[in-house]
Amino acid sequence: MNNAAEKKLALSHLWVAFAAFIVACFMGEYQVLERSGLFPSLESPTVYFASVSTHGVLMAFVLTTFFIMGFGYYIASTSLKQPVWNKPLAWGGFWLALFGVVLAAVPLLSGKASVLYTFYPPIVAHAAFYIGATLLVVGSWVWCAIMLVMFSQWKKANPGQNVPLAMFATAANALLWLWASAGVALEVLFQLIPFSLGWIDTIDPGLAKTLFAWTLHPIVYFWLIPTYTAFYVFVPKQAGGFLFSDEMARLAFVVLVVFALPIGFHHLYMDPEQAKGWKLLHGVGTFVVALPTLVTGFTVIASLEIAGRLRGGKGLFGWIGTLPWTNPMVLAVILALLMLIFGGFGGIVNASYAMNAMIHNTAWVPGHFHLIFAGTTVIMYLAVAYYLWPILVGKPLFSNSMALVQLWTWFIGMSVLTTPWHVLGLLGQPRRISTVVYNNLLTLSWKPYELMMILGGLILLGSACLFIYNLAKTQLTPLVGEFTAEIEYAEPIHAVGVLPEYLNDLKLWNKVIAILMAISFGYPILQFFFMKTFGSSVWGY
Amino acid sequence: MQTEPIQAKCKQFCRDFFTQLNAVHIDHLERKWIAISIIIITSLVGIIVIDAFFHGVNPPSKVETIDSASLHLSKEFAEENLGVQTDEKGNVVVRMVAGRYSFFPKHIDVPAETPITFRWVSMDVLHGVHIPMTNMSTMIVPGYVAEITTTFPKPGEYPLLCNEYCGMGHNHMWSNISVIEKEHWTSKQNTPVPAAKGGSVNE
Ligand code: HEM
Ligand SMILES: [Cu+2]
Ligand SMILES: [Cu+2]
Repeated sequence: MNNAAEKKLALSHLWVAFAAFIVACFMGEYQVLERSGLFPSLESPTVYFASVSTHGVLMAFVLTTFFIMGFGYYIASTSLKQPVWNKPLAWGGFWLALFGVVLAAVPLLSGKASVLYTFYPPIVAHAAFYIGATLLVVGSWVWCAIMLVMFSQWKKANPGQNVPLAMFATAANALLWLWASAGVALEVLFQLIPFSLGWIDTIDPGLAKTLFAWTLHPIVYFWLIPTYTAFYVFVPKQAGGFLFSDEMARLAFVVLVVFALPIGFHHLYMDPEQAKGWKLLHGVGTFVVALPTLVTGFTVIASLEIAGRLRGGKGLFGWIGTLPWTNPMVLAVILALLMLIFGGFGGIVNASYAMNAMIHNTAWVPGHFHLIFAGTTVIMYLAVAYYLWPILVGKPLFSNSMALVQLWTWFIGMSVLTTPWHVLGLLGQPRRISTVVYNNLLTLSWKPYELMMILGGLILLGSACLFIYNLAKTQLTPLVGEFTAEIEYAEPIHAVGVLPEYLNDLKLWNKVIAILMAISFGYPILQFFFMKTFGSSVWGY
Repeated sequence: MQTEPIQAKCKQFCRDFFTQLNAVHIDHLERKWIAISIIIITSLVGIIVIDAFFHGVNPPSKVETIDSASLHLSKEFAEENLGVQTDEKGNVVVRMVAGRYSFFPKHIDVPAETPITFRWVSMDVLHGVHIPMTNMSTMIVPGYVAEITTTFPKPGEYPLLCNEYCGMGHNHMWSNISVIEKEHWTSKQNTPVPAAKGGSVNE
């Protein structure tokens, strides 16, 4: 199949993603240095908060969105074996999103948008920041539309056939993101942009936080679904085996997408503007989404076991040793699962209604999400890049051993960075502080942990540089001889029969989501219009 | 209105759904694992729900609004009413205002082993307040009163730290609280608390 155009489309998206990633990694290391207080000359809240705002936006919004779009385009065209629908539109989405990023970067880097990636009002940034962020999201909606059109076109052309798992997951993610982004879109369009331009004098920060919470939980599943997709559709094959269960994978994606949406209030546990009954409802839903993750863990480990045994592994644990540890994808999945186990434990603490009070907004929280997001999720982005680059550029990977070193150091660096970060949180250190000036003995106990974080960040930064170097070298080294590589999707160990329609389509789930969202967000949003509220006026920072 | 056709349709839908679900191939080991997962999740949820309903373990969730722009005009949060008070029923109530960049009053004394109700308001932007190693934690959203009741088991000096980014001085936003042994604590019923000792340095 000649899909040079698709390759270019995917590669362009992925390069934007990883360019954002490497820039932000340098900022991350600066931040841990600045916070440590070791270098008085570095200390400046103005620079620190401009940096954290930019680092957060680049990592959470730019790296992820562009990676997901590029990955999705390539998955769609190769798994459905058809060209990307309406390529000019796809490129339009790309340029719009990129323009949005540049537009937002100007105020971010010049300190005019030091509002962090959560941009909670009534502190406001320069309007260009919100407008840029909106264009990025609109660009991603173009991607969602293309994914869903390709999904339904394929279904129409292939009645009675099962949509390939990779595409089912990608289309489910597109549906998830359309729903998820609606919350923040409402906040930005009706509150923040008019507020920052001075068209309205006051806004309700409680409503703004509620709308943001609508997005804040499912967005992490938007980031995670490509990682899980790689777990299911690449890992088993790369390990030399088969996918343990195709049907369970679909069920897991469905539950993930449906239940990721109506549970955002676990980000508002400590907030006064929502009542406890609603928080409890969302809290229970939060535990339900743990189910697909537990199922995913099982299926992935079972698939690895099949591979290990096919490769001659014997005994209860012998199959672990016979896995191809030198395959970047396999190594990455093992490391990702290790981080997921610890991160998942931390997540249970966060999700628990009462324990949350101990760690809410402490250093524990960035510790937790660096482990599970920068760790589990991103390490699979890196592994996918190692896998796709040779296919996309038509040349072998520059160095496999460098890739292995890079993945190991990413894991080690992340452990060294996030372990002390969690401890700092338990010792009461708030998140988002640029220096420690509290005149209190407690803060003495923080010092050694902050120093350890510098080391962790340094390892990660080195690792990130190796990653970029390897990709660039792969692309720039002239090809000697011939090289062909095609994307290979894992086969399930049991052939899949005819699937029921609800595991092969999303229409039913879209309706279920609509009902659940109406239940869990309907009244909590409407209440702001029924009760007497007092808006806030604009504040700088 | 005729509900029978609708009911019949729903029943048919559910029946189809479950027959289809049963037809999906799920390995017996995987079924076991799913059962175990559901048991784990149900017990975690069970603990939380029981705590919430029977032990009253709930996060601060009193949806009560207030005009943050005119706190000084409100009776409750006028300057002379801030700090620790004991109400008619003998409950200890603490009224605090968060504003860039401190919590007011800047120092308070409260008794240990006594339920204390904090009522927090912001006079400007979003703040958060946490007393490390305790569950006295809440967001302070402008326009709302954040109410939380808790008990401090151990006497000692504790900091009150702002834990939500509120501007360039966020690092400097803190104040002090002394938790005093119950016997030594004297209630200052409805008397204003004398101003600051300790607290932030960059005022
Ligand atoms: C070189 C490795 C990295 C280091 C040293 C690092 C360090 C930091 C530091 C010190 C902060 C500020 C936290 C605070 O002030 O409380 C931060 C924030 C953040 N980091 Fe990283 N980081 C790294 C990589 C990543 C990666 C790979 C991601 C995700 C893909 C990520 C996502 C974020 C986000 C979203 C924030 C914003 C948090 C907030 O606004 O509270 N970071 N990081
Ligand atoms: Cu969440
Ligand atoms: Cu603050």
